[in-house]
Amino acid sequence: MRKLLLWTGVLAGLIALPHALSFSQQEILVFLVINVLLVASYRLLTLTGEWSLAHVVIMGVGAYASALLSKTLGVYVPLAILLGGVTAALVAVLLSFPLFRMKGFYFLIGSFAAGEIIRLLWKRFRDPFGGAKGIKGIEPMPDFSIGIYDFDFFEPISYYYLAGAVVAVCLWILWRIERSPVGLTFHAVHWQDKLAEASGVNLRAYRTLAFAIASGFAGLSGGLLAHYVGTINPNSFDVEVMVFVLTWAIVGGTSTFYGPILGCVVLTILNEIVLRELGFEQMRPFIYGAIMILSILFLPNGLESLIQKLTRRAPAKASKEKVAE
Amino acid sequence: MNKLLQIEDLTMRFGGLMAVEALSFVVEHGEIHGLIGPNGAGKTTTFNMISGFYKPTSGKVLLRGEDISGLKTHEVARRGVVRTFQHSTLFAELTVLENALVGTHMPFRPNIFAAIIGWDKEDRIGAEARAREALEFFGLEHLAQERAGDLSHGHQRALGMAVAYASHPDVILLDEPFTGMNPEETRRMMGLMRALRDSGITLLLVEHDMQAIMGLCDTITCMSFGKFLAEGSPTEIRNHPAVIEAYLGGARHVA
Repeated sequence: MRKLLLWTGVLAGLIALPHALSFSQQEILVFLVINVLLVASYRLLTLTGEWSLAHVVIMGVGAYASALLSKTLGVYVPLAILLGGVTAALVAVLLSFPLFRMKGFYFLIGSFAAGEIIRLLWKRFRDPFGGAKGIKGIEPMPDFSIGIYDFDFFEPISYYYLAGAVVAVCLWILWRIERSPVGLTFHAVHWQDKLAEASGVNLRAYRTLAFAIASGFAGLSGGLLAHYVGTINPNSFDVEVMVFVLTWAIVGGTSTFYGPILGCVVLTILNEIVLRELGFEQMRPFIYGAIMILSILFLPNGLESLIQKLTRRAPAKASKEKVAE
Repeated sequence: MNKLLQIEDLTMRFGGLMAVEALSFVVEHGEIHGLIGPNGAGKTTTFNMISGFYKPTSGKVLLRGEDISGLKTHEVARRGVVRTFQHSTLFAELTVLENALVGTHMPFRPNIFAAIIGWDKEDRIGAEARAREALEFFGLEHLAQERAGDLSHGHQRALGMAVAYASHPDVILLDEPFTGMNPEETRRMMGLMRALRDSGITLLLVEHDMQAIMGLCDTITCMSFGKFLAEGSPTEIRNHPAVIEAYLGGARHVA
């Protein structure tokens, strides 16, 4: 009952939130929601123990696919976004063949190389991908009305509601996957791949599954981004953005579902609102880096460890519930 | 008795080193079969070939007449041959129950779509029941919520076997199950292995602890320098001149 009340409160807060913000802050809020999905999908990949540097490029695959589908083939935009996610997942399955010959650090480097190859392909082939200038004038989401509310997608608030709903559904799916026997198997693959294998787990299949699901949701977030900003180019998905994702995940912590999301939200607020207001425009990357180093030094388990400390009172109960599920 | 596992001319070569050479033996259904030999005799290599960790250079492993050599580990496991590991190889970060749940991966194969929608309730209940059954069998059910990494050594070894047992195997390959155990733990573990055999599971174990092996095994195969040396009941092996000779170097007391 209290849980329901809490969630209703959170929901009401999230719905009311943009009305208290300025226009530019509303825009940041939309990016934040999209980034939450990006970083939450990244966590699913890290469950199997692999850290990829191609995740943002995969997001770009979703963005490009969705933009091209709607622009050149005239696919209905929401469907195009969905197909963008599917495309990203399929590309991930293809990439898994070379990449999953490697593990750990080598996988990290290999994924970086794979991502750069994809980005170079976008730059090289002007015909579908528009070269270095990318794709401009991407179809916006068509306006529609649900009776009580008219969605006008020139307004960030409208897009925030739409993206928020999509992301909420995606997060729910990711959460269900993590708490399922499939999620347990991902953990098993991470901690002792030999023992998992001896228990009949097909390692390749499970690694690929995690990679494909994570990439699919990243692609979906890319599609949401493309149809919001209306223009994408290879540099929107370069390694700098990937570093942001890594920073969110590391500062937030990756041992819980909410850790990376927390990192993303807190750092975005810090970056966009606090630092921007204070006028540290040029210094922001520097401060970002400093925060990452400081958090590794003083909060090695991430922001989530603070939350865990605060809610220490009921850990035994919580873990029992987790198993019962 | 019928032949469950046949090892035929199994050979493993690492570069110039012949780790196992033309090894043949048969594991009968429902027995405890020991594989012994001095250090470096190739026992663990043989294990790794049977369980699919290594692909043999030549030779065959037949399970009920089907050639399983060269299959991947999870494919071997799905045919009913499950192994445990030399050290306490467990999912240390997960709870004891979760460890056992991973063991139920084969009988209750997870389905991602059913898991998202919530149509796998029965499977989850079944898997947990099986996991708890396995824990109970090894006397670990009171530790179900503990972190596996926090258990005592003896309990960790037992949990390793529980994970294997949870998957309903036909054959369990035990790699040095008594290492680092005190006599009391060893005795308890021997009791558990007999119980496993009586429940119809065939055991093949590699072990150094001669006391345990002599008291436990129905048949023993002895290897030396990668080759078959002798086979027989514990008494035959104990008195076999070739076995005594192979061990004479540093460990006269073993037999």
